[in-house]
Amino acid sequence: MSNVNLNISELDRDLLNELDIYIEATVDPNGSLINILHKAQLIFGYLPHNLQLYISRKVGVDAARVNGVVSFYSYFTEKKTGKNVISLCMGTACYVKGSEKVLHKLLKTLDVQKNEVTEDKLFTVRDVRCIGACGLAPIMTVGEKVYGHVKEDMVEGILNQYRGEE
Amino acid sequence: MKERITVLVCGGTGCMASDSNEMVIQLKQRIKELKMENEVTIIKTGCFGFCGQGPIIKIQPDNVFYVKVKLEDIEEIITEHIVKGRVVERLLFDDPKANEKVKEHKNMDFYKKQMRIALRNCGFINPEDISEYIAVRGYEALAIVLSENTSEEVITIMKDSKLRGRGGGGFPTGLKWELTAKQPGNEKYVICNADEGDPGAFMDRSILEGDPHSILEAMAIAGYAMGANTGIVYIRAEYPLAIHRLETAIKQAREYNFLGKDLFGSGFDFDIDIRLGAGAFVCGEETALIASIEGHRGEPTKKPPFPSEQGYKDKPTSVNNVETFANIPSIILKGAEWFSSIGTENSKGTKVFALAGKINNIGLVEVPMGTTLREIVYDIGGGIIDGKEFKAVQTGGPSGGVITKEHLDTPIDYESLKAIGSMMGSGGMIVLDEDNDMVEISKFYLDFTQDESCGKCTPCRIGTKRMFEILERLTNLEGCPEDLDILEDLAHNIKNSSLCGLGQSAPNPVLSTLHYFREEYEAYANRTISKSYKIIEEKCIGCTKCSRVCPVECITGKVKVPHIIDESACIACGACFDACRFDAIIKP
Repeated sequence: MSNVNLNISELDRDLLNELDIYIEATVDPNGSLINILHKAQLIFGYLPHNLQLYISRKVGVDAARVNGVVSFYSYFTEKKTGKNVISLCMGTACYVKGSEKVLHKLLKTLDVQKNEVTEDKLFTVRDVRCIGACGLAPIMTVGEKVYGHVKEDMVEGILNQYRGEE
Repeated sequence: MKERITVLVCGGTGCMASDSNEMVIQLKQRIKELKMENEVTIIKTGCFGFCGQGPIIKIQPDNVFYVKVKLEDIEEIITEHIVKGRVVERLLFDDPKANEKVKEHKNMDFYKKQMRIALRNCGFINPEDISEYIAVRGYEALAIVLSENTSEEVITIMKDSKLRGRGGGGFPTGLKWELTAKQPGNEKYVICNADEGDPGAFMDRSILEGDPHSILEAMAIAGYAMGANTGIVYIRAEYPLAIHRLETAIKQAREYNFLGKDLFGSGFDFDIDIRLGAGAFVCGEETALIASIEGHRGEPTKKPPFPSEQGYKDKPTSVNNVETFANIPSIILKGAEWFSSIGTENSKGTKVFALAGKINNIGLVEVPMGTTLREIVYDIGGGIIDGKEFKAVQTGGPSGGVITKEHLDTPIDYESLKAIGSMMGSGGMIVLDEDNDMVEISKFYLDFTQDESCGKCTPCRIGTKRMFEILERLTNLEGCPEDLDILEDLAHNIKNSSLCGLGQSAPNPVLSTLHYFREEYEAYANRTISKSYKIIEEKCIGCTKCSRVCPVECITGKVKVPHIIDESACIACGACFDACRFDAIIKP
């Protein structure tokens, strides 16, 4: 595929150093591949192909296996996200209390598709599996911040808090 | 000055999301300003379980239980209660039935019928301080086992207790341990399955957040019984707080030499490692979980060989669920006889249920096996929100089914739930009311399973997708009566031919709702159901409010002229219904 960037030299050196320190401290890097990918996504924000290749060489496993793992688990993303990642819980408790309506409203307000970045690069909306805080259903998180009992008419207000930052 | 007050603030995920962490900081700061640090202790505990009423603050020794506390209430709690000793009435729990305020939690219906074994320390101790766990006889069970019992004796205790796996299957724990213990070789593993993927179940998260040491202790006991020296906790990445508390607990346990080399001078070594999941429901299945721990795609393998023969790194491995482990220290301390005296004939002990959905008291409840659904929903759960009609309870999540009104009085245990077409599962209980559409609910679960199917075996990969497509066709009013037969046929085939538990149980939500609510499916198949909201022309005054809230802009009309809903575009979200002040909109 022509759009696959495998150029490792384009990766940020400082961020790679941070990742290297983590990998070198791991006792069983091969078996801890998933933990390493978590760390890499935390540092870089996402897992582009060149980063996957870098990790495969560093850890000593096939790049195909790294890509297989990345594409298997929904927690990993190969795409760059917006500045704020909005996650809407789609667990059963949230679903029966109307989380789908909130998702609709969000996508419409931001004029964006699920898992895509808004034009102003500020937001990415995704749905997540049950986060286990069912007492607050429906739940929406923006980064680390959790919003409980979210209703459609609250969406605009919440978004504005993040728009003001720019 | 003597310590006179302890303030317990809930530090579970739910309450922390509602600022409880900020409350702890503010409380500590104000107490310091008042120079009362020696008299008042602020403790951030684990989950109290009454999540629907969070954030919760409990004040000891007065035993006062404040609910739905807001950041701005902190000052009043300090000046009134802590300084002057006067209870802040308005923050007490409002009992909807008796219509009065309840001061102590033991007098609340929500707690009265509960019996806490697995959740015994949640909301009671500071999970980030090992000395508090030790104070409630923590690590005593491990010490007793290591100094007084042989491995075989521990397994006998577990078998006599008749504890069964709480993750869903209900396999006898003692037997599982014995199978692993009997395998030759001295490299064996104990795995804690904390991949709580069943949507709507959150007991494992709460136990790990509220009482992480009990899991570590139980894993070490399991290790001793089976001759394993390494434990691994496989936990979902979606639970950052639980991961943090586990890491803290492991570090502290190592400092106290409750983990590591030569525990309690017995010569037994045991240590625990954490591995993260990455969002794959199938990894709750033990063979897929093991693949994931090894750093692979979480695809299941066929059994046999069972993990007890060839598990992690092809060595004998026992995989047990969090709640199962949480019961074990108490069984050792109080005896197998005590444990097996609780519950029904074949299901002993208690079970934690996560009560959520359209119910008044949302939260975690732990009750003896054999408690009826009616007691859980009406006595503990406080009934349905807004006094609506109870329709069903969904148990077992994407692998389970529904329990309807006619079975409200069935004593709940592993066998009785199976007999009525549902299953215990991990203990998620989603309460559904008259407004919930059962076909939509099973579509929700099928959407989940077809998305989570790992793709390894054909019946599950393609079969669940076809089932989902049929359900979509039905709900889009494009189906036909024959679809129901195809759906049922497919469901049985997938159940019989899938490789692992995910596929084998994926059709359950459909089969169960098809059995109890067939008329709802038929209404879709015969296209006699209306999916759209409607406006009553005579009542509509043309205020335009509905057209402004409609997310799909399917309501049109001029000011002061009755509006019209485009029925083909309506997504039946109900926004217009909620917005209308003139009762001019009727539900489908």
